[in-house]
Amino acid sequence: MTSAADTSGRLPDAFLRPGSSSFVDFLAEHSPDLLPGRRLASSPAGAGDPLAPHATTIVALTFGADDAEGGRGVVMAGDRRATMGNVIASREMEKVFAADAYSAVGIAGSAGIAVELVRLFQLELEHYEKIEGSLLSLDGKANRLSTMIRQNLPLAMQGLAVVPLFGGYDLDRQAGRIFSYDVTGGRYEEYDHHTVGSGSVFARGALKKLWRPGLDAAEAVAVAVEALYDAADDDSATGGPDTVRQVWPVVVTVTADGVRHAADDELAAVVSEIVAERRTAHVAAHGDRPASRRRAGQEQGGARA
Amino acid sequence: MTMPFYVSPEQLMKDRADFARKGIARGRSVVVLVYEGGILFATENPSRALHKISEIYDRIAFAAVGKYNEFENLRVAGVRYADLRGYSYDRTDVTARGLANAYAQTLGTVFTTESKPLEVELVVAEVGATPAADQVYRLSYDGSVADEHGYVVMGGQAEQLGARVGEAWREGMTLPQVLQLAVRTLGSVGTDGALVAEGSEREIAPAGLEVAVLERDRVRRAFRRLQGLVLAGLLEQPSS
Repeated sequence: MTSAADTSGRLPDAFLRPGSSSFVDFLAEHSPDLLPGRRLASSPAGAGDPLAPHATTIVALTFGADDAEGGRGVVMAGDRRATMGNVIASREMEKVFAADAYSAVGIAGSAGIAVELVRLFQLELEHYEKIEGSLLSLDGKANRLSTMIRQNLPLAMQGLAVVPLFGGYDLDRQAGRIFSYDVTGGRYEEYDHHTVGSGSVFARGALKKLWRPGLDAAEAVAVAVEALYDAADDDSATGGPDTVRQVWPVVVTVTADGVRHAADDELAAVVSEIVAERRTAHVAAHGDRPASRRRAGQEQGGARA
Repeated sequence: MTMPFYVSPEQLMKDRADFARKGIARGRSVVVLVYEGGILFATENPSRALHKISEIYDRIAFAAVGKYNEFENLRVAGVRYADLRGYSYDRTDVTARGLANAYAQTLGTVFTTESKPLEVELVVAEVGATPAADQVYRLSYDGSVADEHGYVVMGGQAEQLGARVGEAWREGMTLPQVLQLAVRTLGSVGTDGALVAEGSEREIAPAGLEVAVLERDRVRRAFRRLQGLVLAGLLEQPSS
């Protein structure tokens, strides 16, 4: 990376060459070593897998009614845990980011590469906006992300896959939309809701029951948090709300007004409501004790944890 | 075979400078003014798409006069420079000083080595945490850099307009005050290109203006264009 550090001299010719409005294309031409996917795959397949922290569950859902004015959009939420094998690598990792003023991206997979990819994606959108003087369409943004995931394929083959979930407010259609991806860059539009990551199966099950058409923004935030709660309940790699350290999921709401990160107080209230509800349901079924109904002096068989 | 006439370096440089200066003076002026809450850029430009003022990075903006294709090329290079630097290091490591240096080297090299100098004049400005930390650099066609304080007028009848702004500008002005000063300055050149007396300046409708600010209090991207109702409202506000 000689050219990036070189500030004393004149601007390199590549800077002055008319061409693409894409920062990724510019990097590929000028400093390809800065692109995440361009590093040579020299180690055997799967070698990177146990070494790098992994980020886990992301959920996204649309809200707002078709006939309602404004108030439509997307809520995206991610838990805060990153794992490395059976060790928790981070309790406060953020996996959901504002990509630009009208879209958000959440990432599951190899954490370091995913965060780098998000940084590059955010810059790609901002770069286009500055050069062209206008925003990319939501489909355009989704396609750019697809290209960037495809470039990461060599690393994905080594076990360092990144799978994003992209959601945003489509200014033309005036509605929230969600896109999912596979490691080869395949882009699929999802309707109503979608989840990615290790706990996605459980979160999706929850969303199927909790999501309904015409949710408002606050309800949608509660649904997203509850889906993550269910994912954390069954998936060891997904972190639940941490009431001791006051660590809540990252939740962003994207509407025509832009991207908003939910405040901690707001999330604390949502979480305490969900926990209280679950507890009430448990007490109603089993009383104030575990479902196994184990009482003092009545040890069960030989199984002991 | 014809032999080229000997031209002294002094004459060569003077010819080039005259050529560039003539090209720059042909267009309309851009006014850059520092105020309490940031830095204001204003010019007369009826086009909504072909900008003379634009965003480079979080706290840095760019304004230019002269040939559109030449300064547009430099603008794009500046955005690439800033984004690449911010991506390889950190967003806080992108500074107006670094960018001004890169522009100066580029303009200087073109001026001395290529057959035609760039007919442009640029301002690179960065808004700081306080008015004292604001940086405004003015770059000329030959690569010379000036670190300006408070205000810059470039293009058109820059010298006369600069003198007028210099009399009226003072530290700690508000946004409506600097905006009205800028529009008054732009209006003091008549449609025929002649300078009019102070007090009888031409009125310019908001639709004919390109105005942008770097706002000190904005969290990340400080650049904001002022157009439509917001601009008209600011122009009508009493300034005293």
